[in-house]
Amino acid sequence: MSGLLDQHRDYVLRTVEERGVRLVRLWFTDVLGNLKSFAISPAELENALEDGMTFDGSSIDGFSRVQESDVLAVPDPDTFELLPWGEPGAAEARVFCDIRSLDGAPFEGDPRQVLRRTMRAAHDQGFTFYIAPDIEFFYFEPPVAGSRPQPLDHGGYFDLTTRDAAGDLRKQTIRKLEQMSIPVEYSFHEDSPSQQEIDLRHTDALTMADSVMTFRLIVKEVAASQGVHATFMPKPLEGVQGSGMHLHMSLFRGDDNAFYDAGDPHVLSPVAKAFMAGLLVHAAEITAITNQTVNSYKRLVPGFEAPVHISWARNNRSGLIRVPIAKKGNPLATRIEYRSPDPACNPYLAFSLLLAAGMRGIEQGYELPEEADANLFEMDDAALAKLGINQLPQSLSDALHTMERSELVHEVLGEHIFEWFLRNKRHEWREYKTHVSQHELDRYLRSV
Amino acid sequence: MTVVGAPGMLAVFAESVAPELARALDLAGFLWKHVCSVDEAADHEPADGWQGVIVDCTADPEGAWAFTRAVRKAEGAHLAVLVLVGGAQLGDLELRDELFDDFCLSPFHPTELEARLRHLLWNVGDPVKPGVELVEYGQLVLNLETYQATIAGRPLDMTYMEYELLKFLAQNPGKVFTREILLSRVWGYEYYGGARTVDVHIRRLRAKLGEEHAGLIATVRSVGYRFGQSRWGS
Repeated sequence: MSGLLDQHRDYVLRTVEERGVRLVRLWFTDVLGNLKSFAISPAELENALEDGMTFDGSSIDGFSRVQESDVLAVPDPDTFELLPWGEPGAAEARVFCDIRSLDGAPFEGDPRQVLRRTMRAAHDQGFTFYIAPDIEFFYFEPPVAGSRPQPLDHGGYFDLTTRDAAGDLRKQTIRKLEQMSIPVEYSFHEDSPSQQEIDLRHTDALTMADSVMTFRLIVKEVAASQGVHATFMPKPLEGVQGSGMHLHMSLFRGDDNAFYDAGDPHVLSPVAKAFMAGLLVHAAEITAITNQTVNSYKRLVPGFEAPVHISWARNNRSGLIRVPIAKKGNPLATRIEYRSPDPACNPYLAFSLLLAAGMRGIEQGYELPEEADANLFEMDDAALAKLGINQLPQSLSDALHTMERSELVHEVLGEHIFEWFLRNKRHEWREYKTHVSQHELDRYLRSV
Repeated sequence: MTVVGAPGMLAVFAESVAPELARALDLAGFLWKHVCSVDEAADHEPADGWQGVIVDCTADPEGAWAFTRAVRKAEGAHLAVLVLVGGAQLGDLELRDELFDDFCLSPFHPTELEARLRHLLWNVGDPVKPGVELVEYGQLVLNLETYQATIAGRPLDMTYMEYELLKFLAQNPGKVFTREILLSRVWGYEYYGGARTVDVHIRRLRAKLGEEHAGLIATVRSVGYRFGQSRWGS
């Protein structure tokens, strides 16, 4: 007699056999959000499902430890899928893994475990966390070292460009995403040349973090197959919009949207308001995670539809949180949109911190400040200060400084990731700071 | 204790075995062991296997159905399952036909319980027990033995839960199911994702079925979902 998990395993093993899978890729994510993979043969799969596969974690970013370097990758059979490429008759499959220490305990350097832990804490309070990202990215000609990125077209928002190479790529990408259980809600040409947006339909946060990892790979793979380079770099082109990853979030209590309250003039429940208040209070602390590159902060500037101020509003895209108006007042669609993250973040860690910040607001009964519906970009500092509206961190250095003092971030990430991340990112900042850029040479070389 | 006509061992799933149940089984001469979980049932399984399972649903119905589902999944229809339900729980039997072979109302009459058990155990081992291996609807074919599905001859690659959901729907064409029913019958109570999980999986299934066949799963406004044509022709 066997348990439920065995049924998942049976399903996986049988599918591998029936579909002639030749290679099973075990996927996991490092602390910086890079997808890592190693392949095993189907013969090893049963063993892997049972006991996990041992590998040397010391060369994975954020996994290295002094005491021991071997860790276990334990496949999550729920995530087993055939990959929509490869030759017929030599199919490949992937499965996401949880990383464990050799003694079987969750490995503290594994971002997926951080999200599992954070979601479990919310679940203990009766909540399931749902998330739907709008992901922006650029298509470029293959990059040449030392030269600027070359867009494929100069279309704009919603443009249907002729000889639409990017549109074809987008279509192929969406087909592959749907084959991988990632349904797409909308897709269109964004504002900037060669910039695309694909909006995914909501799922629980763990499934979505896995989906974002898969999404980034598929977008790049499909592009590369046509000799095009896709990038999630937050601000690849100066003077036009960068790429964000707006996150639509809601909490459900069983079948009911805990953010919805028919009695409220804006149909927002006290839970939704406290959750938003939590996000606003802790926004600066979690920005180093939601925007983790030096380049991220070149997107978070006035004038390009990216948020700069820590504020909320219903219909003001200059704020950090927007409350979209649900279609036909549908209670299930009531949600909030958090607009600062970019698609270069680690989705497991970003989702964890957003959930934890919101939950902190609920647990401690934070008060939601007044809606800021004026255009904040047109207000001066004094006026903003009067409204009590602060800015998001202005640079990676700022963000790290704020994160370092955050008890919330420390608690959610755990000592291992918290410490490693700060160390790694300070190093990244130092490298940037000591670099002398073309901008500086042009500006100062002759004049000073 | 003497064994009358029932040489095998029964597993009795309950939080604690009610004294009336223990007495009835003992007096009728059944050998039985109390189990509280699937793991325990596996650990205590006799060398020649369990002969049957009695599941007491009266105290903890959610746990009991989860156990029953796990047993069925592990053992298929080979192991006879009798469920004990209270009068108010008869509705729980609906759409769970595949999970049990017989039921008995609790409080039960000891003679009735014994008669039902004997009939049930006599029936088991009968090789002609119906085993449906293919589920077909239009161009959709599900092979329950190999877990493989095809639509118009094209293989469908699904995750396990997508497969289970499609299987349930295809086995009950024309019926309208609420999200709650789908959640409890397909995922079981042990899953905590909530009804939105159902929506998420339905969308994925439609995407995988492809535009041409996505209509196999219809949304019934403010009720839930229906697979295939309505039985009322709407």
